[in-house]
Amino acid sequence: MNVTIIDAKDNVAVAIEPIAKGDRLEARGTDLGVTAKSDVTIYHKVAIRDIPKGQPVVKYGEHIGLAAEDIPAGTHVHTHNVENHREAL
Amino acid sequence: MEFYGYQRPDGRVGIRNKILILPASVCASDTARIVANQVESAVTFNNQNGCSQVGSDQQLTMDVMAGYAANPNVYGTVVISLGCENCQMDLVVDAIQERTNKPLAQFIIQECGGTIKTVELAVRAAKEMAAEASMLQKEVFPMSELIVGTECGGSDPTSGLAANPLIGEMSDRMVALGGTSILSETTEFIGAEHILAKRGATPEISQQIYDIVHRYEKALQLVGEEVRAGNPSPGNKAGGLTTLEEKSLGCIHKGGHTAVNAVYDYAKQVEAKKGLVIMDTPGNDPSSVAGMVAGGAQVVVFSTGRGTPTGNPIAPVIKITGNKLTFAKMSDNIDIDASPVIYGPQTLEEMGDVLMQELQDVANGKLTKAEALGFTEMAIARVCNYV
Repeated sequence: MNVTIIDAKDNVAVAIEPIAKGDRLEARGTDLGVTAKSDVTIYHKVAIRDIPKGQPVVKYGEHIGLAAEDIPAGTHVHTHNVENHREAL
Repeated sequence: MEFYGYQRPDGRVGIRNKILILPASVCASDTARIVANQVESAVTFNNQNGCSQVGSDQQLTMDVMAGYAANPNVYGTVVISLGCENCQMDLVVDAIQERTNKPLAQFIIQECGGTIKTVELAVRAAKEMAAEASMLQKEVFPMSELIVGTECGGSDPTSGLAANPLIGEMSDRMVALGGTSILSETTEFIGAEHILAKRGATPEISQQIYDIVHRYEKALQLVGEEVRAGNPSPGNKAGGLTTLEEKSLGCIHKGGHTAVNAVYDYAKQVEAKKGLVIMDTPGNDPSSVAGMVAGGAQVVVFSTGRGTPTGNPIAPVIKITGNKLTFAKMSDNIDIDASPVIYGPQTLEEMGDVLMQELQDVANGKLTKAEALGFTEMAIARVCNYV
């Protein structure tokens, strides 16, 4: 177990151990079938599904920003590939 | 689910049975402390305010004083004022009596003839109240009588992963039981207010959520501070937080998943059996907790990442952390290790059972770590400098 998924709608997981490039992502004994494309610092996010450019990044079941580029599953998700997006009610 | 509590004459139910020695201003605080030290089950706090405040600040102070006296964990109140402060005794007494009909005594230092004479009179009144309070027998009440305040402080990345989602689980269960949960800390809604506003039970409540956030931002802009700029902080980003929405979502997770049924101003009386509500409080822990306790919360559930000792004079504060290292280091101060939410073996739902059991135990009288250590520090929110 090296990641946690907070909400079933999330397309990112959070690293709960330091993750090395090539590690398989595993949450609560479930192999997610995704391989880390880079090292991921503990408590940082990693995509568990492909997130196309312009699509929402979902954590806590809510939109936390938009993909600034295509983000393939296994990619570290942070300020370099997410843009802020203020949504209206 | 039920607990043993104290029926109050105003219809509310307490889980503690304290005598409040209430200083109406900073000038009465030392006298109040001496009185409280002399009487079993008496509590007090250092009121830094009560005088030389602008109207809006004085109102915050009055609401905390009246709310503390009315909190159902209090059997009765002895108010001590200096005499010449802005929060005049008759104003304080009226504000208390607008909220409750519980026992009340009052002493004005300048009229009693100084602090020593005031101490004598106030101790005698408080000791009689304490004796009356001790005669009260606990009765069984449903958990729906509880108003639970929620708070987070000294947060770290585990707060949004474990401790806050666990408090959200507790909040959902309290709402399902017919009780009340208060989500607080307006400064920590900023960036996620549009997400929170979607949960307003009516369009008016959604608008109120926007209004309290914008009012808070404007108040800070008056002194040249811009909350959104530079937030998340470099430290937040190093910890893995990418956007302000993400940071604030971690905080508002304490409110669970149910609709927001009301928005209250700081320290205003919260209606019981109201489901999930919001109170406009600062992110500052002791003043946010004080606002909710003044609103009538009998108990507060508080998440922390780094660990904090915060208690309250009137309400037990249950401390939980999702950081197992912090729990190991600070177990003298923290009640529940929520790290299994992240690392197992228990699930969020199973840890929800643990937290609800703790809530019931504390309602029944179990001392929290902060209570056992006698921690009572608190603060009152402020709008601006003293006059």
